[in-house]
Amino acid sequence: MAKALDVRDLSVRFDTQHGNVQAVDHVSFSIEEGETLGLVGESGSGKSVSSLAIMGLVPSPPGVVEAGGIMLGDRDLNTFNAEALRRVRGKEVAMVFQDPMTSLNPLLTVGRQLTEVLEIHEGLSQAEAFKRAAHGLGDVGIPAPEERLNSYPHELSGGMRQRVMIAMALLCNPKVLIADEPTTALDVTIQAQILELMKGLQERHGTAILLITHDLGVVAGMSDRVNVMYAGRLVESASTAPLFDAPCHPYTIGLLGSVPDLTGPAGDDLYSIPGQPPDLAELPAGCAFAPRCSRAADACSEAVPATIEPAPGRLSACLEAEALAKEGGAG
Amino acid sequence: MSAPLLRVRDLTKHFPIGKRGMFSDHRKILRAVDGVSFDLERGQTLGVVGESGCGKSTTARAIIGLHPATSGSVQLDGVELTSLSRSEWLPYRRRIQMIFQDPYASLDPRQTVSSILTEPLAIHKLAKPKERKLRAMALLDAVGLNPRHIDRYPHEFSGGQRQRIGIARALALEPELLLLDEPVSALDVSIQAQIVNLLGELQERFNLAYLFIAHDLAVVRHLCDEVCVMYLGRVVEQAPRDELFESPQHPYTKALLSAVPHPNPHIERTRERIVLTGDVPSPLDPPSGCTFHPRCAHASEVPDDRCARECPALVTSEGRSAACHLP
Repeated sequence: MAKALDVRDLSVRFDTQHGNVQAVDHVSFSIEEGETLGLVGESGSGKSVSSLAIMGLVPSPPGVVEAGGIMLGDRDLNTFNAEALRRVRGKEVAMVFQDPMTSLNPLLTVGRQLTEVLEIHEGLSQAEAFKRAAHGLGDVGIPAPEERLNSYPHELSGGMRQRVMIAMALLCNPKVLIADEPTTALDVTIQAQILELMKGLQERHGTAILLITHDLGVVAGMSDRVNVMYAGRLVESASTAPLFDAPCHPYTIGLLGSVPDLTGPAGDDLYSIPGQPPDLAELPAGCAFAPRCSRAADACSEAVPATIEPAPGRLSACLEAEALAKEGGAG
Repeated sequence: MSAPLLRVRDLTKHFPIGKRGMFSDHRKILRAVDGVSFDLERGQTLGVVGESGCGKSTTARAIIGLHPATSGSVQLDGVELTSLSRSEWLPYRRRIQMIFQDPYASLDPRQTVSSILTEPLAIHKLAKPKERKLRAMALLDAVGLNPRHIDRYPHEFSGGQRQRIGIARALALEPELLLLDEPVSALDVSIQAQIVNLLGELQERFNLAYLFIAHDLAVVRHLCDEVCVMYLGRVVEQAPRDELFESPQHPYTKALLSAVPHPNPHIERTRERIVLTGDVPSPLDPPSGCTFHPRCAHASEVPDDRCARECPALVTSEGRSAACHLP
């Protein structure tokens, strides 16, 4: 399979009054065509900023993006100027945001917002664009799509708005879809509908999906591979089943342990990671997770642990990664 | 057996929507809560779950009097609360406290933690002025915060720590009942687990009763003894925790449980699931009969179109209840 998106050595820094905040710190990953890569981590771990950097949407100043390469196929988006990026954005790489209420324009009809994309990127006439837009709404399961084109966002429910966002993102058959918490604002029953829909569309069009979420259940069902971020760094990367079966980073272990589920014992204390996520402006030297880690040794706070491959196809940035891989049976 | 700590009977809260003209009344009635009944015993946790707009938050607000109930009865220890005047309410407020979802919006940014925690003590004249600050420090310690941080402002704390302050504020008056409205939904997973554990610990220590409102079914399963499932303002199923999660009876409960993704890829990819079609109908114009029937896969199995014509009553048998025409 060809790589649809290959991000190499991406760093994003914000120069603020309170000092330099390293939001993303030397992160590399790639997504193949038709693959879903899950990106998990807590607030402030750099998931959303990474995706904004790919799209060239980090505000500058205060943001400073440095990258060894953001390869879309064989082109490096990092070298594109604003105009060239605008032509790629929405056409070849599209994005779905968490909150469909604030990401749709309340003053324009759904039809106008959808046809604009097609007129700009595909040069379609208004009539052709309307036909394609109606087709797009039908594809995401919106009943009576022609009539819906005349609706304003406030006339639609949350689930319907998120469908409109997905329809808009997929209008030009993008190679890469970045979905940033696409179902977090929705009820579980609607979330289930939207996730099924995304899977179906991916199967038909072979879209590569970068799925950003904090919901490990969503990742478990949707992703082929998972990247775990903590304090701006990639701490673990693996295929989905091996990651859940035998995590090789103490943060991943803690994260998986903290999630209550609908099976298994109920009522006992949940496992919880002690302490708070660190302040990005005052990161500890060495491993950012060390102050909360039960396995931390002196060496952990001396230097940032290198990313190693403790088992085939897996990456972990922990000094104990190999021991953890053996304990969990990942090796 | 004595009366339960909280007894709610046929509670309704209707909101008139729209304008009243000089000659005509175009107002519609939004039935946010439409005949909800349950009991809650001391030291127990009742979970209320359902999708947005099902009336779970309005139920809590009607219990504590933030929205006066349209009709029905709310009794605390046998005393009817819905007919109390403002001044009569005061002593009962002390016994029922509320914790809100958003730890950023529910603390006054211009008050120090000390002032946030001592204000309720002053209003209810509970401790001597000199002792109040000591009480506040003890409260911080009880919720796992450093008592030395008592003179800080809310913005100096993280989201999880702010939620701990909200919990300390609710505990200041030594309540018997806490209404928790999505207390952990705004928190990250690792912090959520800390707060869930804290709530469990405090319940045991102070023998608190919790009315726990949440849309996260896994958290509810973890914390609750009994669970109520609401749909469009009504309770459609109520059962002890294990019964509800292991053998749900109402088709809506089944669909809701089936929609929750499981954080284990092997289970998540092989389990059977029911994906509901459509959205929750508008509570301004609810469907006839059973309000769930347009989304229900089993409505056609009931003869004579009964689901579309007749609203099923909540029938109780063997300690659990469900409102469904299916046998």
